Amino acid sequence: MNDHAALPDFAAGLLAGYRPPDGVADELLRRNGTIRPVWDPLLRYLGGQTPEQRAQALQRGDQYLRDAGVYFRHHSGESSTERDWPLSHIPVMIDGTEWQRLSRGIVQRAELLERVMADLYGPGDLVKNGLLPAELVARNPEWLRPVVGMRPRSGNFLHFLAFEIGRSPDGSWFVLGDRTQAPSGSGFALENRMATSRAFHELFPNANVERLASFFRSFRDRLSALRGDDGGRVAILTPGPHTDTYFEHAYMARYLGIMLLECEDLKVVDGRLMVRTVSGLEPLSVIWRRLDARFADPLELDEGTALGTPGMVSALRAGGVSMLNCLGSGVLEARALMAFLPRISRHLLGEPLELPNIATWWCGQSKERAYVRDNFEKMMIGPALSTQLPFEMDATTVLGGRFRGAAHAPVADWIEAEGDTLVGQEAVSLSTTPALIDGVLQPRPMVVRVFAARTENGWTVMPGGYARIGKTEDPTALAMQDGGSVADVWIVSDAPVAADSLTGQASGPFMRQMPGRLPARSADNLFWLGRFVERADFTVRLLRAYHLRLEEGGQTVSPVTRAVETYLKGLGLDLSRAIPEGLLELFDLAKTAAGKVRDRFSPDGWNAINDLALTARALAVSAGPGDDAARAMGVLLRKLAGFAGLVHDNMFRFTGWRFLTIGRALERGYQMSGLLAVFADLGAPPGGFEVAIEVGDSAMTHRRRYSVETNRNTTIDLLVLDRENPRSVLFQIDALHEEQRRLPQRGSTSQMTPVARKILSLQTRIAVATPEEMSSAALNNVMSELAMISDSLTAQYMS
Amino acid sequence: MQYDITLRITYTYERPAADTRMLLRMAPRMLPDQRPISGIVTVDPIPDFRRDGLDFFGNSTTEIAIDAPIIKIGFTYRGRVERNPGSGGLDLSCPLWALRREIEACHGLGPETPHHFLGPSDRIRHEPEIRTFAEEIALPDMSTLSVVEAICAALHQSFAFDPSATEVTTEPIEAFRNRRGVCQDMSHVMITALREVGIPAGYVSGFLRTSPPPGQARLEGADAMHAWVRAWCGQELGWVEIDPTNNIRAGTDHVVVAYGRDYADVSPVRGSMRSSGSQTTTHQVDVAPLEMTG
Repeated sequence: MNDHAALPDFAAGLLAGYRPPDGVADELLRRNGTIRPVWDPLLRYLGGQTPEQRAQALQRGDQYLRDAGVYFRHHSGESSTERDWPLSHIPVMIDGTEWQRLSRGIVQRAELLERVMADLYGPGDLVKNGLLPAELVARNPEWLRPVVGMRPRSGNFLHFLAFEIGRSPDGSWFVLGDRTQAPSGSGFALENRMATSRAFHELFPNANVERLASFFRSFRDRLSALRGDDGGRVAILTPGPHTDTYFEHAYMARYLGIMLLECEDLKVVDGRLMVRTVSGLEPLSVIWRRLDARFADPLELDEGTALGTPGMVSALRAGGVSMLNCLGSGVLEARALMAFLPRISRHLLGEPLELPNIATWWCGQSKERAYVRDNFEKMMIGPALSTQLPFEMDATTVLGGRFRGAAHAPVADWIEAEGDTLVGQEAVSLSTTPALIDGVLQPRPMVVRVFAARTENGWTVMPGGYARIGKTEDPTALAMQDGGSVADVWIVSDAPVAADSLTGQASGPFMRQMPGRLPARSADNLFWLGRFVERADFTVRLLRAYHLRLEEGGQTVSPVTRAVETYLKGLGLDLSRAIPEGLLELFDLAKTAAGKVRDRFSPDGWNAINDLALTARALAVSAGPGDDAARAMGVLLRKLAGFAGLVHDNMFRFTGWRFLTIGRALERGYQMSGLLAVFADLGAPPGGFEVAIEVGDSAMTHRRRYSVETNRNTTIDLLVLDRENPRSVLFQIDALHEEQRRLPQRGSTSQMTPVARKILSLQTRIAVATPEEMSSAALNNVMSELAMISDSLTAQYMS
Repeated sequence: MQYDITLRITYTYERPAADTRMLLRMAPRMLPDQRPISGIVTVDPIPDFRRDGLDFFGNSTTEIAIDAPIIKIGFTYRGRVERNPGSGGLDLSCPLWALRREIEACHGLGPETPHHFLGPSDRIRHEPEIRTFAEEIALPDMSTLSVVEAICAALHQSFAFDPSATEVTTEPIEAFRNRRGVCQDMSHVMITALREVGIPAGYVSGFLRTSPPPGQARLEGADAMHAWVRAWCGQELGWVEIDPTNNIRAGTDHVVVAYGRDYADVSPVRGSMRSSGSQTTTHQVDVAPLEMTG
């Protein structure tokens, strides 16, 4: 069919083995084997590169994704691991004129779904008039009875939708599934664009590719406009870091400049949704929901949910917040609905669907059941109310007359017995698009997820998409979990397209985040991130001191080395390994805390923490005791210093930064006091003062400042009382005082808060103390006072 | 028949619980043969927020919120309800084999439509064991009502009433296998059985008047909140209420609080709070017939 002799020279090598399967459309080649013009520039560009140049270019794209920290979670059985983002570098090229036609169909479908949802949660006429069987609604777990009768504050139920589309053998597009619950992928589409435009950085700027930024700009403007004049804020609601798509939630929050919240950040007060922030409860006006609705409210929805906000449904009913999409939108995702949409379209809109969906028959109707039974070899048959896409088939789905899972009754019996819970859908034939495999282009099946957002001027379609590409020619194996990959989608216009970015134009209302609106949970995570990093730093220093002494001592272990060993064990470290597991856990804890505030972290900061945790684990495998371990600690200390430098030099002084800094100062003061209570004690073994000074990183200063031998007074003077020493206890208390003073205050009271009182009292006492007065007992008191300050901070700001 | 009813539920927390938010379904609902004459739900301490309303199924709800930490909270319903005898009489239900067609003829999503009460719901799952049990009783030519009554009788006969056997979260299949439990378990098992043979079935929460033994005064506070089953027996007969714990049709001794698909739709107190400790609950019901009415 494909006459490769007709291919131009530049493409001949790349396309040498390119043979699309019979009976499907191909994105690149026409039926007669000629190249579609929209691919021409890309093929010329690729053809003009040597294989080395090409590899290098694609590497640039991969490097971007690694630097940005884009990954996906691969699940196998109980466990899951983070894997590299599987980008197929070759974008899917779609002609701009064709795209416009497609977009019209998408807009019509979005409007239709809005009307259907308004009816299902309103008058219910579709069911009353026999256009939709009642049981498909009443038995649908996503039809949420508490939402029935609700009128969304914004006037609309749906605001952001995605559609999974494919191309039939005849070249026309069709919808495989509607994503209405909380569609994901738009952020990943942006990341794919970033990576692909880097891989093709010479071609992209002048290739007339439609830019994505204006789509997000108009959606952001809409989010902002929906606030009305009630002064509330805009946020993304995420189920949390354990979710597959959390990266995207954090990414979109940063990209759009809005808050990222979890249900526990929210509280309903008098019919309004409020955010728990460090400065108290702040109203929320608009919420972009990325959490499945059933988990949103344990009072009125799924009772067992640990994720929800009690009273969320009530707040929505009271009109206290605009939610995108409204709770209950998942009802539209059921496969069976597609069997009825063509008729519903003619009924509600007075026109046929411009963009058809996959042919679907609900087996609860006798005629349809008979049709599916007689044609089951050409069908996918599965649960009617499933929200899975046709190519995400599970064990309960039959394709071509065969079950995917274990043995089962004959298909015809199954359809007869359980018909009303089943649908038959035409087996998909997807078009193929080129993927670069082993240096040449190979046809692979693909689907494209397209996105539509409601804006001031109605629905708008993102000019691009999120393509999924099969690993093999099997069109049912597109999912990433099955080894599928993803690709950018380039919509190519006839005319030049100007470069654009979200920040490129000042338009719409100004959405600057004012400091002080930090969610209490984020403050808590940043505070603990600071504490864990500092605790790791202290532990690394003490471990280094220990291993250096082991090395120096050779066979004999001195009393001071024993004392250090005892102290480390007291910290819960198991010294049977040179780099104890307890230290690795500290880095993991820091990483977990950072992972919960990724929207507030630059990729550099995140990479630094990630790198620390990975390096520590790698070093732990090989390092032996003594010099080897001491050197490993040196490596970790340099990396810790690098992280501290990033925090100090690159982070804006938002409230979040202050909590991170407070956490570090508090932990450093606490650990130093504890260390000195033992090693600066008059009963400490010889060499104890030196250990303290070494861990306090102050050996040089000590030599310069004091012309005497190290003694208790000089040690205490330098490591407790010296305001200029960034390792001293008083320095930490000064920092606590300074940063706490700058935290937002709740209410307008001029009275001192309990935290401020505790800090000032401790600060004053240490400031006027003499070294003699700073006995080990006094240092132990400092520790317990710092612990109380930590508790008070938590009580006042972080809950 | 009129009743003066008191329902009192308390929660006591080991440690103070903050941010309490509760949804209550304690007050008897309005029905064609049941009329709440007067009644009020009170909360102690007085909540910071309160809103009364109706849920999807038409049950009375009270939503409350208390911000400050509390160690004890009490809810009280006190009211008077008039309960009239239903129509009863002839079995106008369709044969079981024809029920499916009658269900399909119902177009609508209103709270009374049988479609809500088939298939799985929060607490009711497809259970092949219970299906086998029900299919042995339900023959296609029997009238739907006689199937409902036969399943009710069979369950009543095989079940031992045993409050120590189950908890409020016990799954129906567990109670079914042990053949022990309380009214909630028996109702859940019966609902499962009815749905397995295609009869729409729902859960009723309410009060039962306990008749005093001859010559003794009525025991106060000895009664608990009760549960029974409603089943849809075709267009003509509609919904029928039946009590598997006592193997009787629900009558003037039964006062309905709420209708739902299962317990999750009608639980008298559904709530959340921020607390780390354990809690204890008390539950008292008093259903006193008024002397002068009949």
